[in-house]
Amino acid sequence: MAKHLTPGRIVLYAALVLMAIYYLLPLYVMLSTSVKTLDDIRGGNLIALPQSITLDAWSKAWSSACTGVECGGMKGFFWNSVKMAVPSVLISTLIGAVNGYVVSMWRFRGSDVLFTLLLVGCFIPFQVVLLPMARLLGELGIANTTSGLVMVHVIYGLAFTTLFFRNFFVTIPDELVKAARIDGAGFWTIFFRILLPISGPIFMVCVIWQFTQIWNDFLFGVVFAAGEAQPITVALNNLVNTSTGVKEYNVDMAAAIIAALPTLFVYMVAGRYFVRGLTAGAVKG
Amino acid sequence: MSSSQSQASLSALADRWLPKLVLSPTLLISLVFVYGFIAWTGWLSLTESRLLPQMDLAGLIQYQALFENDRWWTAVANLGIFGGLFIGCTLAVGLFLAVLLDQKIRAEGTLRTIYLYPMALSFIVTGTAWKWMLNPDMGLQKVINDWGFPDFTFDWLVDPDKAIYTVVIAGVWQSSGFVMALFLAGLRGIDDSIIKAAQVDGASLPVIYWRIIIPSLRPVFFSVLLILSHIAIKSFDLVMALTGGGPGTASDVPAIFMYQFAFTRGQLGLGAASAMMMLMTIVAVLVPLMYMETRSAKRG
Repeated sequence: MAKHLTPGRIVLYAALVLMAIYYLLPLYVMLSTSVKTLDDIRGGNLIALPQSITLDAWSKAWSSACTGVECGGMKGFFWNSVKMAVPSVLISTLIGAVNGYVVSMWRFRGSDVLFTLLLVGCFIPFQVVLLPMARLLGELGIANTTSGLVMVHVIYGLAFTTLFFRNFFVTIPDELVKAARIDGAGFWTIFFRILLPISGPIFMVCVIWQFTQIWNDFLFGVVFAAGEAQPITVALNNLVNTSTGVKEYNVDMAAAIIAALPTLFVYMVAGRYFVRGLTAGAVKG
Repeated sequence: MSSSQSQASLSALADRWLPKLVLSPTLLISLVFVYGFIAWTGWLSLTESRLLPQMDLAGLIQYQALFENDRWWTAVANLGIFGGLFIGCTLAVGLFLAVLLDQKIRAEGTLRTIYLYPMALSFIVTGTAWKWMLNPDMGLQKVINDWGFPDFTFDWLVDPDKAIYTVVIAGVWQSSGFVMALFLAGLRGIDDSIIKAAQVDGASLPVIYWRIIIPSLRPVFFSVLLILSHIAIKSFDLVMALTGGGPGTASDVPAIFMYQFAFTRGQLGLGAASAMMMLMTIVAVLVPLMYMETRSAKRG
């Protein structure tokens, strides 16, 4: 069916382009505001191009903007988030891989029920675990630390990572594993020699999903790590809502982009896996 | 490679208990940190705990206090408004985009990337951006004013009656691309021959979509409803970043209520009771949806 530019097609493309503008507008506004001077912001309007481009707001957002009483910019909090996200993502993904392997390929009596019980962790509103967790972190002496946050993210990420790997491994034919067992391969040999080499895509999906979730988390961050160990989302919120002095919208926007860059970058380079993760995580959770 | 009998039976034995052993730490974690903690919160909600937890059961006094608290009802009403509009609009926009993109479009990949990128952002970033755009003095209002409509006002962000709608605007912006992706995947799974047959019968394209294609996306609708209601009930970050629950408490939602009473006002029992109410809401919404989803999936 060759598609010529009929009036209908023109309306169709116009609608698509309009929607694209709607989605891109906030990004454009953030970017352009972040390189404007404050005078330019006050004098011009939201969607006007900057009269001159300055990176002052960016350097201030990175190293000297005030988030509450502290004025060290987003720098420290950015690294807090890195130190929080990297270990949480790796640990929860690795454990999830092994768990998914068990519940798909080594099912035993009751393993389906246990898996279902585990899945409930995907659905609960985290508000119901905040109070006891805060108390536990306090008693362990890791309240307001990055290690505390890592622990929380690993614990509540396991249900998702297990689900991802389980859903991937069930698509692999049983014969592969049966043949390996007849050849004398054991539990770990099958996992490391046969399954891991073909699990690249699902590792990507799982790592990207977990990274996006953990980097973007606000609830756990604000409850369990206010203060020095706060992740960047909490710091950004504090920066924007700090009401002392002149409101510097350009600095707010630069800080927002800094907070968004890592996940945006991941989306740009690995969007395919990102979408797959969303759909896979979505189907059940 | 050894093939001695005893070693083989040893490894067979290992293969029998290893899977259970490997799974047990996660199960233990889930038992303690999901089920145990829910029980703990549930227990706490039945005590008189204020600043410090205390474990003597006191019946339903916290729930009674909760139901007599105006702020709680504001939060519940807001959740109703936000949830209804957010789910409705996101669903409509997502489905609309998916149908448009399904018309053999050029540059489909690029457009999809554009529609979906907000999903990679934190709700805090989204909230910050929209807070700036909806700023009544310098945001979109001024743009329209400068374009020659000096009387145009758009100050929902600071209007107690309208603030919750700004959360809907930002929420739809963030999540509709995701819904589009789910629907598009569903549309691509539909058998072309059904559509061709309908076309031969003389049905027009809108009729085909309305009568044949969209009804066959039933399972996708359930998944989308499931995810969106989950996002709506848990919504916290977006409201915090956009309105902070304000002006005053005008755009409070249950998650903010819970956070404030449990962690900044030192009313643990009340906070726990509101958390339990959130859990019950999720169960009440998700269980029927999941049930319908499995049923419709089974039927085809």
